[in-house]
Amino acid sequence: MSAIPIEVPTLMDLKTCPRVARMFKLQWEEVQQSWVLLYPEGMVKLNGSAGEIMSRLDGTTSIQTLISTLEQQFETPDLQADVLDFLVIAKRQGWVQA
Amino acid sequence: MSENASTASAASIPKPPGPPLWLLAEVTYQCPLHCVFCYNPVDYAQTGPELSTEDWLRVLREARAAGSVQCGFSGGEPMVRKDLEILVAEAHRLGFYTNLLTSGVGLTAERATALKQAGLDHIQLSFQDSTKELNDFLSHTKTFDLKRRTADIIKSHDWPMVLNCVIHRLNIDFIEQIIDLAVELGAEYLELANSQYYSWAALNRDNLLPSRAQLERAERITNACREKYGDKIRIIFVVPDYYETRPKKCMNGWGNVFLTVTPDGSALPCHTAKMLKGITFPNVRDMSVSDIWYQSTAFNFYRGDGWMKDPCRTCPDKEKDLGGCRCQAFMLTGDAANADPVCDKSSMHDRVSQAVAYAQVPDSQREVAKPMVFRDFKMLRHSDVR
Repeated sequence: MSAIPIEVPTLMDLKTCPRVARMFKLQWEEVQQSWVLLYPEGMVKLNGSAGEIMSRLDGTTSIQTLISTLEQQFETPDLQADVLDFLVIAKRQGWVQA
Repeated sequence: MSENASTASAASIPKPPGPPLWLLAEVTYQCPLHCVFCYNPVDYAQTGPELSTEDWLRVLREARAAGSVQCGFSGGEPMVRKDLEILVAEAHRLGFYTNLLTSGVGLTAERATALKQAGLDHIQLSFQDSTKELNDFLSHTKTFDLKRRTADIIKSHDWPMVLNCVIHRLNIDFIEQIIDLAVELGAEYLELANSQYYSWAALNRDNLLPSRAQLERAERITNACREKYGDKIRIIFVVPDYYETRPKKCMNGWGNVFLTVTPDGSALPCHTAKMLKGITFPNVRDMSVSDIWYQSTAFNFYRGDGWMKDPCRTCPDKEKDLGGCRCQAFMLTGDAANADPVCDKSSMHDRVSQAVAYAQVPDSQREVAKPMVFRDFKMLRHSDVR
C-alpha cells in the first residue's frame, strides 16, 4: 500500500519459528477463560486473538505456517498484517524470542 | 455519561471480585535475620502453631481451584521449612507460577537442585540488611560472599535473577554501589524498594525515612545507572509513599487480587492487615479459600466504596486510589476507614508531613537519638511494643 520500503525486523522473517521467551510461562486459565502469560510475580491476560497466536508458538512452527493455520481455522483471509503487528508488540514486550 | 446515570442506583453494590490471582504463602515467621524494616507483625512470636504440610497442600489446591495463578513462598525465611520442596512441587503440578522470596540463607546447592526438580519458576533474592550486614555487604565481606554463592546457584539452575533491596535512610546513599554490585552478581532485575512504614519499619520510622535530598540524589543516580547499563539490568525504584501527595492503590484494592495466608493459617487481604483489630480474619483451618475470598466478612469489609468517609467518599479520584492503604490509615489516624493520611486532602495529613519534616533534620542535629529496634524474638516477649 505504501511506497515507502518497510524495514522488516529479523524476527518477522516469515520463516522464523518464534517461541515463548524463557522468562514466561503461557497457559490456559479456565477460571479466567483466557490464555495468560506468567512471569516473576506478574501476569498478562491475553485477549482472544493474542492467545490464539501465542499458544501456537512452539519454536518449530514458522510464522508463515502459523498465519496459514489461523486463516484456515478461523476462515478469515489476509491475517498476515494482524499477526505480524502482534508479534512486533510481543517481541518488544519480551514475550517471544526467535 | 448516560450509562453512568442509568447504573447509578446500583453503584453502592460492589462488583463481584475477580479471582484471588496472587497467593502469598507465608510458610513461617522463623528467620535467622533481624531486619529493622521487617513487615512481619511485631508480635509474631505470639503466633499460633504453623500450618502442617497437609494444611498447606490443601490451601494450594483450593486457591488454584479458585483461580490463583501466582504463588509466592515467603516468610520469615521460607527455607526454614523442611517441606518447602513438597509444597513447591504441588504448586507447580497444579499450574501455579511459583516464586520463592528468600534471603538466600539455607539455600544450599542441594536444596536448590531439589527446588528446581520440584518445578520452582523463580527466586527473588533479597539483600539481608541490618546496618552491620550492610557494611559487610558493601565492603565485600561475609554477606557478599553469601550473595555471590546464592547468585551462582540461581544462575546455574537457569532461574531468572531478581534481586530485591529495601532502601532506607541508612543505605540510600550507597545506591550506586548497590546497583553496581547487583550488576556484578548478574542480576537481570533489581528492585530498589523504599521501606514502607509498617510493623518493624514503623517502630524505626524516624531512623529509616530518608530526607528529600537523599531521595532525589538516589533517583538521579538510579536513572544514570539505567542509562549506563541499558538492557543489562532492569531497575525498579519504588518511592516511599510518605513523599507523595496522593496515596497508593494499596494491594490494587482490598480483596481484589491478593490473598496472604500467614504461618498460622490466617487469611489476609495483605500481609500487614492483621493489625486491623476491628476485623476478625478467617483461618484456612476453618474455611475454604473460595468461601474466605467471596463470602467472609473480612474480605468484603473494604470492597467497593460503601465504607468510605469524606474526603474519599466524594473524591473524584476515589476509583484511582481507593482511599489508599487501610493499614496506614489505621496506624496513623486510628480508623482504617479514614483516608490514608499520605493524601493531602486528609485532615490528618500533618501526621505524615511531620514525619517528612523530621526526616529533613540531619542525624547529627537530632536531639534524642532513638535506638533502632531490630526484629528479635526474645525482646518481644518482655516488651509491649505495638
